[in-house]
Amino acid sequence: MSLAPVPVTAGGRRKSPPRSRAPGEPRRIGYLFILPAVLVYAAFVFAPFLHSIYLSFFEGNGITRMEFVGVANYVDIATNPVLRSAFIHALELIVFYSIIPIAIGLLLASVLHRSRIRGVAFYRTALFLPYVIAPTAIAVIWRWILAPRGPLNSFLEAVGLGALATPWLGDFTWALPSVGLVGTWVMFGLALALLLAGAQKIPLELYEAVRLDGGGLWTEFRAVTLPGLRYEIVVALVLTTTAALRNFDIIYVMTSGGPGNATVVPSYLVYQQAFKVAQIGAAAAMGTVLILAIVGVNLLITRMARGSS
Amino acid sequence: MIARRDVILGYVLLSLAALISLGPLLGVMILALGEPGRIGINLDIANATNFGNFADVWEKGDFGPAIRTSFIITSVVVVVSVILSVPAGYAIALMDFPGRSAIFALLILGILMPLESMIVPLFLDMRRFNLDNNYWSVILPQVGFSVAFGVFWMRAFFVQSARSLVEAAWIDGANSWQTLTRVLVPLARPQMLTLAVLFFVWNWNDFLLPLVMLSGSDLQTAPMALVTFEGARRTDFAYLGAASIITIIPVVIVFILLQRSFTRGILAGSIKE
Repeated sequence: MSLAPVPVTAGGRRKSPPRSRAPGEPRRIGYLFILPAVLVYAAFVFAPFLHSIYLSFFEGNGITRMEFVGVANYVDIATNPVLRSAFIHALELIVFYSIIPIAIGLLLASVLHRSRIRGVAFYRTALFLPYVIAPTAIAVIWRWILAPRGPLNSFLEAVGLGALATPWLGDFTWALPSVGLVGTWVMFGLALALLLAGAQKIPLELYEAVRLDGGGLWTEFRAVTLPGLRYEIVVALVLTTTAALRNFDIIYVMTSGGPGNATVVPSYLVYQQAFKVAQIGAAAAMGTVLILAIVGVNLLITRMARGSS
Repeated sequence: MIARRDVILGYVLLSLAALISLGPLLGVMILALGEPGRIGINLDIANATNFGNFADVWEKGDFGPAIRTSFIITSVVVVVSVILSVPAGYAIALMDFPGRSAIFALLILGILMPLESMIVPLFLDMRRFNLDNNYWSVILPQVGFSVAFGVFWMRAFFVQSARSLVEAAWIDGANSWQTLTRVLVPLARPQMLTLAVLFFVWNWNDFLLPLVMLSGSDLQTAPMALVTFEGARRTDFAYLGAASIITIIPVVIVFILLQRSFTRGILAGSIKE
């Protein structure tokens, strides 16, 4: 369930204000219709959520008695350099998962908006494929590509850039950007397909109007393309930033947080602290901060989208 | 007017982008047919003929039972989640009862909540109720997370397109259940298919939940089998390539066959509020 689309409630294209009147007629039988879904959700998503917050104020291994420690676990996250670095790494990954793919997507979409492409289905399938396949498999594939004697280094040597070849995932400087690059590869197709679909819906007359007013490519981009793609940009931002913050599988398989702690991320620390060193409270606190980070980033994105409308 | 030059440029750029997306996957296909056990990992297309790698990996990596487990878990999750999402989405979209908005808001919150954050209490709770190390320990949380999105998705469809039909059915004297099964379900088939495809892809690929829940048992899902195999043969890249392909092939097939449904889910899907 990684990489799940996430709803955004801002920036939709609806013109009418939301209905204030409740729809339909009063039907208490509605409770029966929602009951099964709500029960499963409450038991396996919402209760664990509350339980996680509760656990985050304790210390212990989850088997013997847990000791109440107040906000100590949260203080740890703020002060312990390794724990704190996990969130800094997550922010760096957002650059690779979100900013770069969306920038590439915007650039291509603004170049391509005028050539109404046929055969979009083929391109769309190709572009979406990395987003669809299991992150564990993506990690295995990229561990091969980035291996010390792997295709990337071979390629660099073949074109005379052998001096740049390095064991990417074992290098303190390059490990995190290398993992980020994998995210860029997964997300750029998604962002491009999303933005291209949106760009094809922008009426060509708007571009003509800018031309007639003597506007150049930059004006076209700022006045027509960017506002026209606002909704698609929000969707792409929400999907990619959430994936960047949640990222577990790729780190687990490619680096296990290493070398040293160079690629530790919040979700990996949750797993490690809970299931490797049995620090249940610390893991729960990490998980709770991760929820806050994801909800916060999503609110920020939708707020920005609303503000720019 | 669309200039010919623009059209050609468009195809060139898009083809380049598609090549970047597909390149590593095509590379893995050649890799997987290479000579197993070689540390030198340059692709050798001329000798990419070791089709036996797939049989070897299937055997050595226990992929048979793993694929079976993944199919069992994922199909149950897909079917149950769709069945639970449709009536709930219908009720929240078209009926009026106290608490409706609050319940919907709580469900929406679930779409944002990362499984990664809840894995610790989920594990502790499952263990306390002796549900860990069996299918249900993976199925139940996956259904929980799936319905959060499913209700949201079905509600969005029913709100948009079903109101007048439903009101007509009610005036004709149909009860709520008849309205759902006779009017709405036939109408919502494409949306339900999209939901099923999304659920299939997400839950097949899920790794952390089965990793934690099934760690004390012989059960493993396909992604778990891949990672176990990868841990045992770090540098046997021909075998690892074959194992990766085995793991992703069911999702790739479903995606290619039903890509219209999938892209509709992602493109239109994430919203329309």
